[in-house]
Amino acid sequence: MALSDKDRIFQNLYGTQPWNLPAARMRGNWDGTAAILARGRDAIIEEVKNSGLRGRGGAGFPTGMKWSFMPKQSDGRPSYLVVNADESEPGTCKDRDIIRHDPHTLIEGCLIAGFAMGAIAGYIYIRGEYYNESVILEAAIAEAYEAGLLGKNAAGSGYDFDLYVHRGAGAYICGEETALIESLEGKKGMPRLKPPFPAAVGLYGCPTTVNNVETIAVVPEILRRGGEWFAAFGRPKNSGTKIFCIQGHVNKPCNVEAEMSIPMRELIERYAGGVRGGWDNLLCVIPGGSSTPLLPKHICDDVLMDFDALREHRSGLGTAGVIVMDKSTDVIKAIARLSAFYKHESCGQCTPCREGMGWVKRMMDRMVTGDAEVEEIDVLENVTRRIEGHTICALADGGVWPVQGLIRHFRPLMEERIAAFKARSTRLAAE
Amino acid sequence: MAKVTVDGIEVEVPNGASVLQACEAAGKEIPRFCYHERLSVAGNCRMCLVEVERAPKPVASCAFPVADGMKVFTDTPVVRNARRGVMEFLLINHPLDCPICDQGGECDLQDQAYAYGHDKSRYGEPKRAVKDKDIGPLIKTVMTRCIQCTRCVRFAAEVAGTPELGGTNRGENMEIGTYVEKALTSELSGNLIDICPVGALTSRPYAFVSRPWELSKTESVDVLDAVGANIRVDARGPEVLRIIPRINEVVNEEWMADRGRFSFDGLKRRRLDRPWVKRDGKLVAATWPEAFAAIAAKLSALPGDRIGAVAGALADAESTLALKDLMAAYGSANLDCRDDFAAIDASRPDFHRFNTTIAGIDEADALLIIGSDVRREAPVLNARIRKRWAAGKFPVGFVGPRGVDLTYPAQHLGEGPGAMGAFAETLKAAKKPMIILGRGALTRPDGAAVLAAAWALADQAGALAPDWHGFNLLHLFGGQAGALELGFVPGAGGKDLAAMLAGGVDALWLLNADGFDPARIAAGTFVIYQGHHGDAMASRADVILPGAAYTEKDATWVNTEGRAQRGRLAIFPPGEAREDWRIIRAFSEGVGKALPYDDTGAIRARLAQASPVFARVGEVARSGCADTSGPAAKGKPSDAPFALPIEVYHQADVISRASDTMAQCAAVYGPQPALAAE
Amino acid sequence: MSAQQHDEPAGFAFDAESEAKIATILPRYPAGKQASAVIPLLYVVQKQMGRQTGSAWVPRVAMDVVAERLSMPPIRVYEVATFYFMFNTKPIGRFHLQVCGTTPCWLRGSDEVLRACKDAGHLKGYGDTSADGLFTLTEMECMGACVNAPMIAVDDDYYEDLDYESTVKLIEALKRGERPAPGSVIGRQTSAPEGGPTVLTGAEQD
Repeated sequence: MALSDKDRIFQNLYGTQPWNLPAARMRGNWDGTAAILARGRDAIIEEVKNSGLRGRGGAGFPTGMKWSFMPKQSDGRPSYLVVNADESEPGTCKDRDIIRHDPHTLIEGCLIAGFAMGAIAGYIYIRGEYYNESVILEAAIAEAYEAGLLGKNAAGSGYDFDLYVHRGAGAYICGEETALIESLEGKKGMPRLKPPFPAAVGLYGCPTTVNNVETIAVVPEILRRGGEWFAAFGRPKNSGTKIFCIQGHVNKPCNVEAEMSIPMRELIERYAGGVRGGWDNLLCVIPGGSSTPLLPKHICDDVLMDFDALREHRSGLGTAGVIVMDKSTDVIKAIARLSAFYKHESCGQCTPCREGMGWVKRMMDRMVTGDAEVEEIDVLENVTRRIEGHTICALADGGVWPVQGLIRHFRPLMEERIAAFKARSTRLAAE
Repeated sequence: MAKVTVDGIEVEVPNGASVLQACEAAGKEIPRFCYHERLSVAGNCRMCLVEVERAPKPVASCAFPVADGMKVFTDTPVVRNARRGVMEFLLINHPLDCPICDQGGECDLQDQAYAYGHDKSRYGEPKRAVKDKDIGPLIKTVMTRCIQCTRCVRFAAEVAGTPELGGTNRGENMEIGTYVEKALTSELSGNLIDICPVGALTSRPYAFVSRPWELSKTESVDVLDAVGANIRVDARGPEVLRIIPRINEVVNEEWMADRGRFSFDGLKRRRLDRPWVKRDGKLVAATWPEAFAAIAAKLSALPGDRIGAVAGALADAESTLALKDLMAAYGSANLDCRDDFAAIDASRPDFHRFNTTIAGIDEADALLIIGSDVRREAPVLNARIRKRWAAGKFPVGFVGPRGVDLTYPAQHLGEGPGAMGAFAETLKAAKKPMIILGRGALTRPDGAAVLAAAWALADQAGALAPDWHGFNLLHLFGGQAGALELGFVPGAGGKDLAAMLAGGVDALWLLNADGFDPARIAAGTFVIYQGHHGDAMASRADVILPGAAYTEKDATWVNTEGRAQRGRLAIFPPGEAREDWRIIRAFSEGVGKALPYDDTGAIRARLAQASPVFARVGEVARSGCADTSGPAAKGKPSDAPFALPIEVYHQADVISRASDTMAQCAAVYGPQPALAAE
Repeated sequence: MSAQQHDEPAGFAFDAESEAKIATILPRYPAGKQASAVIPLLYVVQKQMGRQTGSAWVPRVAMDVVAERLSMPPIRVYEVATFYFMFNTKPIGRFHLQVCGTTPCWLRGSDEVLRACKDAGHLKGYGDTSADGLFTLTEMECMGACVNAPMIAVDDDYYEDLDYESTVKLIEALKRGERPAPGSVIGRQTSAPEGGPTVLTGAEQD
């Protein structure tokens, strides 16, 4: 059974109504916030744990547990909440809608999450390209201050909490939480070595939790309706509602909030008008943003859209950016373009990523034309294995997985391409 | 302590240690490029990956903290594969131009490639080329060789305190450099060459000069400042080709200053390589017997109190002692080693030593610097201060010219002696306060009063305690402290330098004494100049005795702490020049006043007799202050602003003044910024 | 990229509008952490340059001014300015045509958008600035508007659901000094499916 509108958290996902505070209140935002805070930090974290909410930024770490890592007692250092609005994973455009159309879900979520982790302030780090979105977000925050919902005695809770917007400036790596913190401190966005983890040493050396926009924005509704309500959607450990970004070769690309564990085919056909030319015209799908390996049609036929089901097929839910490719697609080129993306976005800190991403990209470029030896497919695969797991952060892993997925599912196509190129060269040489 | 098992070997390491340190404790060598003990941990090269039990991925051992009970594996297929992978990635864009690379033979990348490299490259794509950078006359850059380990960036920012290097752009386009073409402003820049693990940053003067295996290597000490950095002099045949630091944790850690490192080409130029005697107002080449005869004839005609001797900045302890003994044989008490007129009180060692010691800086918790640009007078010691500052809770006050950038924040209290009291409360609040008084602050007419006032302030601030000596005099050159330890100052009834110059003597023996203007020597004074460079003083001489530079003799040097260290002969002195103490010994024999030592062992025994400093070579007897009564005060200091003693860092002594490399630096960097601003 | 291939201005100083903006930025960060403001201040520089010269870029002298203002070593500002892709370290045209070329946009026809930019903007390709100084063309990595692909950002504004013709039309409008309203050029309600939302329609009864 499909998710009903009353169970959709983002009532203004498409911006059909104003984003402003009066409209947000009509939608139920900021309803009883002080009472929620009055339950206390532990109760809030417990409720979030009960909801089964897992981080919506890609890694899917249990949110309540993450919050519980924050110190209960300050050692003199303040704590910070940092919201990751550096939405840059190719195929992902959900946080943008929350920010520009439903910003108060996020702002209220910041107050509640900030309170639950004992933060004195929150910074929302928004990707620089979302300029117009940042203008709306700043205006919404100003409204919230004006209405007493932020600042001293926020929302009448007796708790003081400040919230700021900080714009990035074009660096995918800043979506990695420690790179984001570095960037927020005014440095290059280069990921930090862990340990220490941000909950111990984060922003300005203080305990910090970094959460994705969607993760934070669903929190108020979870607390209003109860963790069980949220946990009722989707399979166990994969619960809740989720914004999916359905794009590529579908008839009607769109964002939609649906229940977790929805079958991929149903998601695409119910909400995005189906695959261009019909389901049988499907070649493959990248299910969760560019870092998740593609799945060929036969897997897509019945795979469920959740963390565990997609992992079973050696892919992932990631950010739920569903990139659909029909049979007209040059899938080698589609993945080669992603390799170019990761080469462009590598921060340059670790050797395997700095040097390896360019190598992978250049080999992939030759795989597109077929100007390669068949054995080079093995070299390519081996190079991705030498990158994977050997770097400070996960950018490199996410950068090589798409290539591994391509080789896993489309190796014959790559060999064909190489053979065709050879045949062409031989013919030219003979002429 | 944490118990860690490395490849089955159990070791105990302190909590907070890194896995890499645990591996080293277990005798397992871990390859690394970005990791350096004295720099912050970057963890970026990924060469030091090891396996840790239950960790899902190999971990960077340089950055990963140990835990009790941890099991580490350094030689597994996973580890070997990871290292081979990193090595392959490092090499795909590395030029492999080892045959024309000056790092060849002492290159970390080259060495590791033997262990983890492939015999054949799988990389068929075009290699990256990076434009070279011009970062000054001392460092040559070949940036295509750079492996982006960022050691240089961290050294410049953390140790040198001159954050001018960075990594611009990102990903595979990241480039190390200054972004705007500019010469690095650090006096420690040569250390970048040592810490660069590849041939990206190499020595410009050493470019294409030699291979490491062709060099004879001699362990010695730097004397071009008073820190006494431990060095290795690399020579081939008659030429010093380069000088690099050796590790001595309590003196220079592993750094050295640029003047000491790069002045060696000055050893070949303007040398006094034969004796000279003045005849009819002109210096003419002479033989040793002729030179000795000329001196003997002059001295024999004079009563002892009309003869004087001055030991200068670069005089070694053996020759200073020999000259002192020779003067005694002539019945002269006219001795002075303060050729810069510094009003140093030699009556007690702790009046003229850096008593806290260099390593002791680590313990201090407040510092007042008086009349010294420590950064340019003792760059390595300044880096130690900076390190202490970086550790936190270390207020620093500074009295001296405006515009001096010490590389760490210092409260500027004023320009003259009157301002030093303004820091008294801060010093009093500290447990281990220290004062650094620049030798240059004592060269003014009221120098003695400045010295007394600084001591009094140290006393008043609690810096002179039975278990802590916080009074420190910072000397400028390697010969200065040794002469003071030997008491090369006027004896009973003896004349000081000013009196000698003003006609108080008829013959003056100058041993490496270049610190004052030769024009101040009274006309008619017979001048014997013993030294190695034909600098200004030599032209005033009646007889020139060609001595050996510090690289050309086995000699003892005392640093500003009072630490005696041995310099060693790396090359022979040029021409007829000779080891200095042997010159004096030979002369003494010729005039029938033979000094009672005839070999190195004997004169060193005599040194040890003269001062305990020489009986404990390499060590200092660090102690608290047993007697707080201060140097003799002569009135109160005026409030005239302090002047700094070294105008141009790169040209501060006879050797660096003869160096082309240093001349190029002087042209690029000019005089001290603080002086240039005036 | 240390060698400058362009003329650097002799100096840079924040104007009153920029100073007013800076006054709102600095208080966001705790005392002593003003380096956090380096990206915001570089934006202020870039905006001011656009205002004053018609070319929104960050000259090196301005990086020095930012360094001074935030008590940072200049090299740390150079690092930031060259690390983040949105800072133009050399002059650009009056309009910055930023074509998203990453896979989601490529699947939906970003090559056509690029072709339209070249044709209508008289541009040779990515990295080029038109002879009249009106346009600079840059390929962007995923801009986060994937369900409205393909897209182009003109300075700060997103134009979505483009094809060759609509891109040409947009560029022609810019040439005429017009600034079409940003968003979907085919009239879609933001990220809702074409033809209007199928959920959140208000049709559902409680």
